[in-house]
Amino acid sequence: MAEMAIEDDVLVIGGGLAGATAALAAANAGTKRVRLVTYKQSTLRHASGLIDVLGYTPAGKGPLTDPFDALEELPHGHPYERVGIDAVRDALSFFDGIVGDAYAGGHTDRNALVPTHGGTVKPTARYPAATAPGLASDDRDALLVGVETLPDFDAPLAAAHLEAAGIPFDCRGVTLRFPGITRDDAKVTRYAHLLDRNESVSTPSGEAGAREALSTAVRDHFEGEPRVGFPAILGDERADDVRGDLADTLGADVFEVPMGPPSLPGIRLEELLYDALEAAGVRVTSGVPVVGYETGDRAGAGRRTERIDHVVVDRHGAEIPHRADQYVLATGGLVGKGIESDREGVAEPIFGCRVPHAEDRYDWFVDDVFGEQPYARFGLEPDRELRPLDADGEPEFANLRAAGAVLGGYDYAAEKSGAGVSIATGYVAGTRSAEVSE
Amino acid sequence: MGYDTEVLVLGGGSTGCGIARDLAMRGLEVTLVERGNLTHGTTGRMHGLLHSGGRYAVSDRASATECIEENEVLRDIAGHCVELTGGLFVQRPEDPDSYFREKLEGCRECGIPTRALSGREAREIEPYLANDVKRAIEVPDGAVDPFRLCVANALDAQIHGARIETHAEVIDLLREGDDVYGVRVRHDSGPGRRTHGVPGSTEEITAEYVVNATGAWAGQIAAMADLEVAVRPSKGVMTIMNVRQVDTVINRCRPKGDADIIVPHETTAILGTTDEEVTDPDDYPEEEWEVDMMIDTLSELVPILSEARTIRSFWGVRPLYEPPGRATEDPTDITRDFFLLDHDERDGVSGVASIVGGKLTTYRAMAEEIADHVCAELGVDATCATAEEPLPGSENLERLEDGMDEFGLRSPIARRSTKRLGSRSRDVLETDEPNPVICACEGVTRAEVQDAISQSGTDLNAVRIRTRASMGNCQGGFCCGPMANELHPEYDEETVREALDDLFDERWKGQRHALWGEQLSQAMLNYALHATTMNRDRDPANAGPSALETGSESLEYAAFDAGEGQ
Ligand SMILES: Cc1cc2nc3c(=O)[nH]c(=O)nc-3n(C[C@H](O)[C@H](O)[C@H](O)COP(=O)(O)OP(=O)(O)OC[C@H]3O[C@@H](n4cnc5c(N)ncnc54)[C@H](O)[C@@H]3O)c2cc1C
Ligand SMILES: Cc1cc2nc3c(=O)[nH]c(=O)nc-3n(C[C@H](O)[C@H](O)[C@H](O)COP(=O)(O)OP(=O)(O)OC[C@H]3O[C@@H](n4cnc5c(N)ncnc54)[C@H](O)[C@@H]3O)c2cc1C
Repeated sequence: MAEMAIEDDVLVIGGGLAGATAALAAANAGTKRVRLVTYKQSTLRHASGLIDVLGYTPAGKGPLTDPFDALEELPHGHPYERVGIDAVRDALSFFDGIVGDAYAGGHTDRNALVPTHGGTVKPTARYPAATAPGLASDDRDALLVGVETLPDFDAPLAAAHLEAAGIPFDCRGVTLRFPGITRDDAKVTRYAHLLDRNESVSTPSGEAGAREALSTAVRDHFEGEPRVGFPAILGDERADDVRGDLADTLGADVFEVPMGPPSLPGIRLEELLYDALEAAGVRVTSGVPVVGYETGDRAGAGRRTERIDHVVVDRHGAEIPHRADQYVLATGGLVGKGIESDREGVAEPIFGCRVPHAEDRYDWFVDDVFGEQPYARFGLEPDRELRPLDADGEPEFANLRAAGAVLGGYDYAAEKSGAGVSIATGYVAGTRSAEVSE
Repeated sequence: MGYDTEVLVLGGGSTGCGIARDLAMRGLEVTLVERGNLTHGTTGRMHGLLHSGGRYAVSDRASATECIEENEVLRDIAGHCVELTGGLFVQRPEDPDSYFREKLEGCRECGIPTRALSGREAREIEPYLANDVKRAIEVPDGAVDPFRLCVANALDAQIHGARIETHAEVIDLLREGDDVYGVRVRHDSGPGRRTHGVPGSTEEITAEYVVNATGAWAGQIAAMADLEVAVRPSKGVMTIMNVRQVDTVINRCRPKGDADIIVPHETTAILGTTDEEVTDPDDYPEEEWEVDMMIDTLSELVPILSEARTIRSFWGVRPLYEPPGRATEDPTDITRDFFLLDHDERDGVSGVASIVGGKLTTYRAMAEEIADHVCAELGVDATCATAEEPLPGSENLERLEDGMDEFGLRSPIARRSTKRLGSRSRDVLETDEPNPVICACEGVTRAEVQDAISQSGTDLNAVRIRTRASMGNCQGGFCCGPMANELHPEYDEETVREALDDLFDERWKGQRHALWGEQLSQAMLNYALHATTMNRDRDPANAGPSALETGSESLEYAAFDAGEGQ
């Protein structure tokens, strides 16, 4: 090996919500050297930016008004059961501290109901400040504004759907042509930047700033509703200013309805987390995958559990060893590619940790698309310290913990628990790694 | 009140649509009824090969000759439904030389243009062919889009005055003595454009002549009038890859066997197939080994297939038929020819004929023969024009190509739309309204989706087959929602919700057979998008059984967090 090994105390693999939380928690717990190595974009770019903790029980009961009541009764092996309810609370307050005013919902244990771009409502525990005035569990009337060139969100249809879902207020939808957007397939970031920079756009009554032009376009349809919702395109870096200006000119609260990929609220959360990582002194190496590992001596005489000595990072063809005392695996699930499969089986590709699954791939799914899907629960089975376990119930490695969607035994899509599990397990894996690394 | 028509065609596959067009063009008054959407049966579940005839050049020369003739006709009249990919019959070292020679001779005798190629020459055409491929025969195979072809036939029939009724199931044949004089249909409550029937209602349609073109279901229909038609349905699997590993049709050059052909189709390549007799064309096992066999066997010809991503698999049933008394054991030995069963001559029951067997490639010739028969029965003297008159969308295709710049249709998306729409492009795509992409995988824009909706109403599966929207890599995960949104405000929210669920379910069905690797990751992403982001799995608007069970029938909004300070 020609290259000198890079040395750290805690090395986190994977820079999604779980990995970022783990690295921040490790740094927060006083570890000197924390490094995060991550490969491709994380799932946050797909995700809506909402922080779900638990919306439904694994048996489908819900929507739960208070997720904490149900957390007590989760089945053995569920990631929340592994870390325990107190850790979930600690992790959420840790998250609240990191995101500050950018998120709301921390004032209560109860879930909020948020309108989705498909016109349904869903329970969630924390929501971006941009979404806060739009809750469906708030009974003020609302106007939804859609954009002709954003076919994902049909505002009049979403409004009708919300009414069918029994919302406690009147909701109307209108569809506008977005001032300043000339291409039919402009990216969502184009809309956001137009508003961020308040670019000058041409309108029927002459040139105007993009924010003012948008308000004017809405005002033609506005009937004095106390709040007005837009698809989640209202600015990126200056999103607060954009919403503020729109609210001032309209004389109503302004909110965003979370959207599908690429999701600006998800991207904003990711940016916020990476700023926090930088501030916490975490070294981040991105765009490179971890491709393998080497073990060292057994952890003490007579112990059968191996230790990871170093992992190997592929830097554009060069194999660079990265050594640390403790490792956190946060490479995501099937979407993040922390869990992979072929026709023969399902595997965790870096360390070969065990992923329980049926032998026959026709048992990986059920016929009802929204049924109890075995594939949605694929992932590692950890002990209470979040160390992945082998078939004998022993930790695969003494110094490897796992967090986030790479863990199995829960269906985050059905339960609405994705971000919550990532935060809780990332927090526990990071904190525990820091504690044991001297 | 009954409805009376001159000729009633049962079945909206390629055969039925072809017959309806032919008869309507001859000036007859035609009604076609189909229980699903057009192509609901075998036509929507076939391999997409426009046969050159090469496949039958050894075993069945009459079919081979008919194929090459019709292949040439379809290039003329249905240019926007076919792609002239060319094809290769590829010989591996273990495949018999004698068969290769017979194939070459057979093609020559049937008038199928061929060229013998060395292994190296074949790999120059298709670089992913295995290194040990020995040699190949080049033939004019092509790819055909059965959806577009059927829809174009139905459209033209309509233009010539036909009534095309989908989601109308024949539940009885009306027979009096030895005469069949019509049918009773039940209009479905499923989505679809129902210009005539009220969902759930039944209707009697009487006719001078009834043509039973229900393919694998022809026996069931015939039985409704106590007639016996012994269809031997035989299933075949097809596995769709996410990209085109090959740009020409690749056939294995050996006597017969499963998993011996790859057809490039639009953005995908389709592997096929098997041949297994089944008892019920609506209910047969779809099995893992069949998918595995496609990948494993065809990797012998194109090795990269073993690692490639498949996006779904689907099965179709061949409407094979044998005249009484033949009792062939192996379904692969049953003739691919078609049969016109004149029940008057055969069973002494007048007013009805059944058509069974055949191939999509020769649908037009079959339709012509049947239309001739119907005209003879009805004493109508009119000649067939379907071999000369282009289908709607295929008129003036050369001029269209020249006109592409003029419409500003050079962008990749516009090119794809234009390919699908053919000469209808200008009508459909020229709009003053914004025209964003609805389906990014296949490059389908709002104008195309709207055009399809205007033809087929709320049935999004019918929109899908017309446009290819939701048929790419994401299998609808990203575009099902936007497609459904396009139905609003013409259709109300509840209808839109049901239409979305139907399409989403249909897309899931085929993906189940591709759930590993990239496609399993895609499935999880789709699931997360629909269940996590949108909560469509537990939508309070669907107060279904699960909602009742959990007591969330009426959701108590006030019990939830309304925001700080609210
Ligand atoms: C469409 C969608 C919508 C969602 N919506 C919500 C929602 O509304 N609310 C909610 O609470 N949750 C939601 N979730 C779930 C939630 O986003 C995920 O559960 C959570 O983000 C998972 O985070 P993670 O950090 O474990 O994994 P990921 O975000 O997948 O991150 C894994 C990271 O590891 C990297 N990686 C993988 N392999 C390697 C390697 N070998 N070397 C280095 N790095 C590697 C990946 O490139 C990636 O950056 C949604 C998920 C999806 C897919
Ligand atoms: C696996 C496979 C691969 C094939 N590949 C090719 C190929 O590559 N090239 C080629 O040329 N040919 C191919 N074929 C053959 C070709 O697909 C068929 O010959 C052709 O599509 C048959 O069309 P059809 O209209 O006769 O039958 P269908 O398309 O089955 O039409 C019959 C219709 O009748 C309807 N129907 C049934 N019952 C009722 C009722 N009670 N009331 C109303 N309607 C009813 C059905 O819904 C159906 O739509 C393939 C076939 C299979 C199975």
